Amino acid sequence: MNTIQVNIIDREGARHELEAPTDMNMSVMELCKSYELPVEGTCGGMALCASCHVYVLSDQELPEPTDDEIAMLDAAFFVKPNSRLGCQLKLKNEMDGLTLELAPV
Amino acid sequence: MNTKIETDIIIIGAGPVGLFAVFEAGLLKMRCHLIDALPQPGGQLTEIYPKKPIYDIPGYPSVLAGDLVQNLMQQIAPFSPGFTLGERAESVEKQDDGRWLVTTSRGTQHLAPVIFIAGGLGSFEPRKPPIDNIEHFEDHGVEYFVRTPDIYKNRRVVIAGGGDSALDWTIYLADLAEKITLIHRRTEFRGAPDSVEKVMELAESGKIKLITNAQVVGLQGNGELHGVTIQHDTEGEFQVDADHFVPLFGLTPKLGPIGEWGLAIDKGAVEVNTSDYSTSVPGIYAIGDINTYPGKLKLILCGFHEATLACQSAFKVAFPDKKLSFKYTTVTGIEAL
Repeated sequence: MNTIQVNIIDREGARHELEAPTDMNMSVMELCKSYELPVEGTCGGMALCASCHVYVLSDQELPEPTDDEIAMLDAAFFVKPNSRLGCQLKLKNEMDGLTLELAPV
Repeated sequence: MNTKIETDIIIIGAGPVGLFAVFEAGLLKMRCHLIDALPQPGGQLTEIYPKKPIYDIPGYPSVLAGDLVQNLMQQIAPFSPGFTLGERAESVEKQDDGRWLVTTSRGTQHLAPVIFIAGGLGSFEPRKPPIDNIEHFEDHGVEYFVRTPDIYKNRRVVIAGGGDSALDWTIYLADLAEKITLIHRRTEFRGAPDSVEKVMELAESGKIKLITNAQVVGLQGNGELHGVTIQHDTEGEFQVDADHFVPLFGLTPKLGPIGEWGLAIDKGAVEVNTSDYSTSVPGIYAIGDINTYPGKLKLILCGFHEATLACQSAFKVAFPDKKLSFKYTTVTGIEAL
């Protein structure tokens, strides 16, 4: 298997079911941009802008955030315990069915 | 009376692409002057990732962002570019003689027949907490930078943030202010361990008040700030009296005034013609991450190419009567300006 389904709830509450490749080293931020969802990804994926801030709504096991990601979330707003940066979540087969909500900007 | 800085090309943005444009302009004997809101050249390479290696600069298997900027500064040194740093380009006006007048946030004026916008992600501005009336209190108790520490003397100050600047200013102002309250959303601080330790000591000895797992969600006052509303994860909302609120959450890039200069803009980027990277306004070019066109890639190496072509076109604007001849540096070398 090298595609999974990722569900994104946008800021208007609409649900988008995205087909996501797992063999392209693609992140959630890049996936959202490729489907033209309103995710800026201003810093290009370096965990430096938090424009790809998402809330994790499902319970797939995700890699622990790095220090860089924690530091950025420290300076971001609307942060909750289930906050992550989409640019730091690389798409993997284990994430099939992952459901995320875009955080306010 | 202000003296105006006169040059051939005003480059807005001193990131890698703006710097390299000086080199390509220099080969054509055009002088450049760079303006940047940051206090040092290099743009985001210097400001946010100086120690990160870049792997796609042709000829460099790997180069640290900070080193690339140093090398570019060395490469353009023969062309003696001018710099206006720590000032944001605010306005652009066409003069009667056809030249452009660019004025900065501090009123410095620059005149040239050509402008290159090499503004990258835009100018770096403080990240503002999402509090409804915060703009109402800016300069009336809310400051996003500590510029003059003396204004906090014998005042009640609330600082918010968990990084080095929040920690450092808390330590510095502890002796000066009447009362310092530091608010942080988590229990752990990510600043330098020494600073974290010092802040903990100050909190234990009662010199400062430390509130963790909390954030500022409201501001009160009548024209001037009198207090802040704090929301604690477990204890709910409460108020703290304050004359100043200093949120220190780092910088974030914003397009800023460039959006109001009458250029065609698409999704926060300046639209250009790919034959010479000219904008919709003759004499103004946009190069690097700030521009957009079909197939655009935000890469430094693409920005270098864009700068090179823009210089050829800019020469015809700056010197309409002169002939332009293309030369290789291997043939002619570098002639300093």
